[in-house]
Amino acid sequence: MSRTRVVVTGLGTTNPLGGDVASTWEAMLAGRSGVRRLTEDWAADLPVKIAAQVAVDPTEVLDRVKARRLDRTSQLALVAAAEAWADSGLDQAELDGERVGVAMASGIGGVQTLLSNYDALKEKGPRRVSPLAVPMLMPNAPAAQVSLLIGARAAVNTPVSACASGNEGVALAADQIRLGRADVVVAGGTEAAIHPLPMAAFANMMALSKTGSEDGGDPTTVSRPWDTARDGFVLGEGAGALVLESYEHAVARGATIYAEVLGAGITADGHDIAQPDPEGRGGTRAIARALEESGISPADVVHVNAHATSTPQGDVAEGLMLHTTLGKHVEDVVVTSTKSMTGHLLGGAGALESVATVLAIRDRTSPPTINLDSQDPLVELDIATTARDLPSGDVAALNNSFGFGGANVAVLYGSI
Amino acid sequence: MATTEEIRAGLAELVNEVTGLDADEVQLDKSFTEDLDVDSLSMVEIVVAAEEKFGVTIPDDQVKNLKTVGDAVSYIEGQS
Repeated sequence: MSRTRVVVTGLGTTNPLGGDVASTWEAMLAGRSGVRRLTEDWAADLPVKIAAQVAVDPTEVLDRVKARRLDRTSQLALVAAAEAWADSGLDQAELDGERVGVAMASGIGGVQTLLSNYDALKEKGPRRVSPLAVPMLMPNAPAAQVSLLIGARAAVNTPVSACASGNEGVALAADQIRLGRADVVVAGGTEAAIHPLPMAAFANMMALSKTGSEDGGDPTTVSRPWDTARDGFVLGEGAGALVLESYEHAVARGATIYAEVLGAGITADGHDIAQPDPEGRGGTRAIARALEESGISPADVVHVNAHATSTPQGDVAEGLMLHTTLGKHVEDVVVTSTKSMTGHLLGGAGALESVATVLAIRDRTSPPTINLDSQDPLVELDIATTARDLPSGDVAALNNSFGFGGANVAVLYGSI
Repeated sequence: MATTEEIRAGLAELVNEVTGLDADEVQLDKSFTEDLDVDSLSMVEIVVAAEEKFGVTIPDDQVKNLKTVGDAVSYIEGQS
């Protein structure tokens, strides 16, 4: 039996660059930054006062009463999923909901709801804890809310693998379709962790860049993957969603197909709970498996949307992974890190970057990596510093995501 | 002390905040479940918000007796 082909037929996002796909893609190609200084009172005492908040607050888009019953992770997921669903042209009334699934990931879950209810508990007592706190903060709330939006009644999953979660959502959604468990799966990831507690925690573990927080520097230059002056990531928030569909199902309804999900690799480092393997062995295996599963050769890969978060170690390790897996062909690959513009969306990162990877294939254009003034000599990659043309013909593009816990997810997309 | 109408109007604001229902719909003769379609978790939210707004205590075992807006207004009047 031939392998079921999985294609992308809808895209959606809300993130620091834009509240939808069109504005996001325009901002990305123009090399704009969504990073800014936090002027809110709660940020005043934090060691890091720079983050990338969403460009359009979800409460401006969603119904007020609906929004107050949702953690921000679910609000962002719903905005992205609704756009992707509308973009796909699928109609709930014409679908069998039992053949529709969701794989909406989150790295941290409803942390803002948890903490605001804990504040209420401490200040006003247990009576003031919201009766909706649990269904709002539970990690599967965004996936469940998306399922309610589209009437999905096949598997509704929440992959959790820290900063690899969003990419894992896409990989596992493709599996559901290949296994014949669903015809359509809305996949992606969401995160809303710009709150003093996660900010302090990431800062204390030296993961966030401290540049610009006290010295009054320009916040838009702080996220600088592969640059010699990089010193940590910038925390972002947002969501990305992709409608995945079996090729047969998409063709039968005359859908517009963006790209094909060729294959994925999911591995674990088995090295450390927070530190990446310095040689990137787990990530290398993930990329190698994605190539193997896709049945393509390294020469087919023309573009990589890298995980590259702007940390000193991780960015170098990813360069090694690409050299090991792509060999001499790495010289012909246009590599970028859109985190230079969006910051790091944690569980939303892999999803937003999946959207960017698919658009790069559609438009044959790699978005740039901004702030790359002095490329680290340990990283021998061809990095686009302005929007760059990609080759015509049949091409493949790779999206990498790596997360705490040693999670590695690589997904390959192909033109169609 | 607040008048019956002031309490009704205050309660109507809370119902609007929690459920989105037009505050003008929240009249004394309306049943929370039958007429206003307020579900049990929304009722908990409204009760807790009313306790804070009016400085009263509404024990859980009393909530089931508050069938109409008028019942709730009377209970709050009796407590305050």
